Amino acid sequence: MNTLKVKIWRGAESGQFQEYEVPRLESQTVLDVVTYVQRRLDPSLAYRFACRVGVCGSCAMSVNGVSRWTCRTHVDKVAKGDTLEIAPLRNLPVIRDLATDMREFFDKWAKARGRFTGAQTRKDEFAEVKPESKQRKAVDAAIECIGCGVCYSSCEVVTWKPDYLGPAALSRAWTLANDVRDVAQKERLAAVAGDAGCHSCHTHLNCTERCPKGISPTAGIAGLKRLVLAATLKGDL
Amino acid sequence: MNTRSQVLLWGAQRASAMLLAVCVLVHLITIIYAVRHGLSAAEILGRTRGSVAWGLFYATFVAAVAVHAPIGVRNILAEIGWRGRGVDVLMFVLALTLAMWGLRAVWAVVS
Repeated sequence: MNTLKVKIWRGAESGQFQEYEVPRLESQTVLDVVTYVQRRLDPSLAYRFACRVGVCGSCAMSVNGVSRWTCRTHVDKVAKGDTLEIAPLRNLPVIRDLATDMREFFDKWAKARGRFTGAQTRKDEFAEVKPESKQRKAVDAAIECIGCGVCYSSCEVVTWKPDYLGPAALSRAWTLANDVRDVAQKERLAAVAGDAGCHSCHTHLNCTERCPKGISPTAGIAGLKRLVLAATLKGDL
Repeated sequence: MNTRSQVLLWGAQRASAMLLAVCVLVHLITIIYAVRHGLSAAEILGRTRGSVAWGLFYATFVAAVAVHAPIGVRNILAEIGWRGRGVDVLMFVLALTLAMWGLRAVWAVVS
């Protein structure tokens, strides 16, 4: 039987790669490999997963240097020969082995005012949002984000500027900036503006290239830059 | 620096970049023209001296550089961890220095 040589990060911020030999199987995913190691070779290995089918977004890791969902990544597509290197996501503190502390990532969603703020009550009529409207289309293009952290891990600006809100939080803010029902637009634009916000994006497009859902946070961030500049010139910011 | 100023700096850098794209192109065409026609320094000065058009063009070029470069340097410094009021003041001084040197050069060829 073919075997796969797998190097897996062990430790926290400091640690080292440890090598394991895992049987290579047909249609094997990287998550299958990690699970095999934890269940058969080393039960102390820490990692995170839930759905195994690309819905929950909790199994993202760095595979051969590229952040991915491990559940939807076939070994055949990423293995270099018979080797794999699996590490925790970049730009996030490592709790242990392959599990990162996601608090900072989600705290930034809150900082970017990534929460819908409505003004209507249940007694009001439903808001009418035309599916073909420009704003609704902009929302549709980015609404499927499941918060896996792949874009955040792939972003160089987050590495250079740890207070940068990051692609996921800004993309979420962009969907709300296009939500005609939301009443906290000025506050949100103020929250995403400036040196720690959308204006720090270098348009490297790493987030867009790596997003497993095919979202382009870069496009949303560019939209926010325009909205914020227009609001500033109008004196609304 | 407050958020509003940060946004305006970003806007100023984008606007100056658009100006620079045009200015650099015209400048390159001018250089190629001068080289291909074998113009001497005296001949070039003969055309630029007293020319309001060349004076305005290069003064605009210098202004765009003086706005664009310090904002870019400020961004680079922020990414390597140098931020704050001290850096902002230093960048303002850099902007003034670039403007002064540049305008001095423009004056030298048009006056």
